[in-house]
Amino acid sequence: MLDKNGIAKRIAKEVKDGYYVNLGIGIPTLVANFVRDDISVEFQSENGVLGMGPFPFEGEEDADIINAGKQTITTLPGASFFDSATSFGMIRGQHVDLTILGAMEVAENGDIANWKIPGKMVKGMGGAMDLVASAENIIVAMMHTNRAGESKLLKQCSLPLTGVGCVTKIVTNLAVIEVTARGFVLKERAPGVSVEEIKAATEGTLIIEGNIAEMAI
Amino acid sequence: MILKKVAGVEEALQGVKNGMTFMLGGFGLCGIPENAISQLVKLGITDITCISNNAGVDDFGLGLLLQKHQIKKMISSYVGENDEFERQMLSGELEVELTPQGTLAEKCRAAQAGFPAFYTPAGYGTEVAMGKETREFNGKMYVLEEAFKADFSFVKAWKGDEAGNLIFKGTARNFNPCMCGAAKITVAEVEELVPAGELDPNQIHVPGIFVQRIFQGKAYEKRIEQRTVRKRS
Repeated sequence: MLDKNGIAKRIAKEVKDGYYVNLGIGIPTLVANFVRDDISVEFQSENGVLGMGPFPFEGEEDADIINAGKQTITTLPGASFFDSATSFGMIRGQHVDLTILGAMEVAENGDIANWKIPGKMVKGMGGAMDLVASAENIIVAMMHTNRAGESKLLKQCSLPLTGVGCVTKIVTNLAVIEVTARGFVLKERAPGVSVEEIKAATEGTLIIEGNIAEMAI
Repeated sequence: MILKKVAGVEEALQGVKNGMTFMLGGFGLCGIPENAISQLVKLGITDITCISNNAGVDDFGLGLLLQKHQIKKMISSYVGENDEFERQMLSGELEVELTPQGTLAEKCRAAQAGFPAFYTPAGYGTEVAMGKETREFNGKMYVLEEAFKADFSFVKAWKGDEAGNLIFKGTARNFNPCMCGAAKITVAEVEELVPAGELDPNQIHVPGIFVQRIFQGKAYEKRIEQRTVRKRS
């Protein structure tokens, strides 16, 4: 079974040379730590920066340079700043190659719910609805089950949707799963996790074809 | 040259009234019009509708207006950092309209650019699209969203000149340029106001035509919400 860093490490393998990538808050943010350093990748933050670098050294924080999580950051050579309309133009116009974000639920048709729990304080969708409605390549990083042990990979989402039919791949603590017209297709198992365990933790239709290899991290 | 410079925040905010709709730039606390917000608190006007990506924190940014119960309605994409906001929202004192962030930016830009509405894929199939016109283009579904209408835009830039031209710094740019010229009157406050001719026209982010009043801001706090650093190795 993977921990959060393990999930991030596996997703980092999906980041290819020349990609512009938008990372959501939580596990997706960790992905930047594991991207190979022999490829060229630029991270976009929707508040208006391309070419995000690591956190600043102590004493070098700049209140005017933050990421979408409102954390102080630095920029790398080649970086640029832009306004919010331009930023979402990059996203809506599909200039960003890969979007990685967290989710509360994903359905077997690719629907995603990650912004609202009825009865709880709603904080808002931020940029999530724009991101999921626009990106062609969306990977969800999440735990396979919620805190109550219930599956987060469902036949149908029960929570209010963020977007419809948009998720292409899911990486969880248990598995790598592709979302297809036929449903969830199991591609890889996490180290030490059996196909039976993944099946038991997946409420939606899980398609298992041939021998499912353990993921290489 | 058309002069946009006014003496200070008092003159810049002349004409604001109860019940008006304001756009306020900023992402979190980054690039917010601190001086205009302080003046709105001082003036004590109420029943305001605020279009702003976020709602500040309890004791800073739009949180200051919330404390005084001056805001009737917030139009935002994310409001998660403010306990007083949560209390007023749950008690029904405060009306909240949540809008996807890219749609929020584009509703400002559309108002600036003279578009009454536009189609976006964001929110299709979700509760955001309820009651709105939808349409298919090239096999994909889109939602019709209308441009904002506002009385004042309050924006904050790094540098500006007396002609109202603006230059921003870092990610403090965010919603500010989209809101310029998107309301009846745009008020820009800047950290450094220079005479016309001192800024390189090649480097201007927002041309002065979109700004009606500009003033030299004072005492910027520029509070950091999440101070994240790494150790020197």
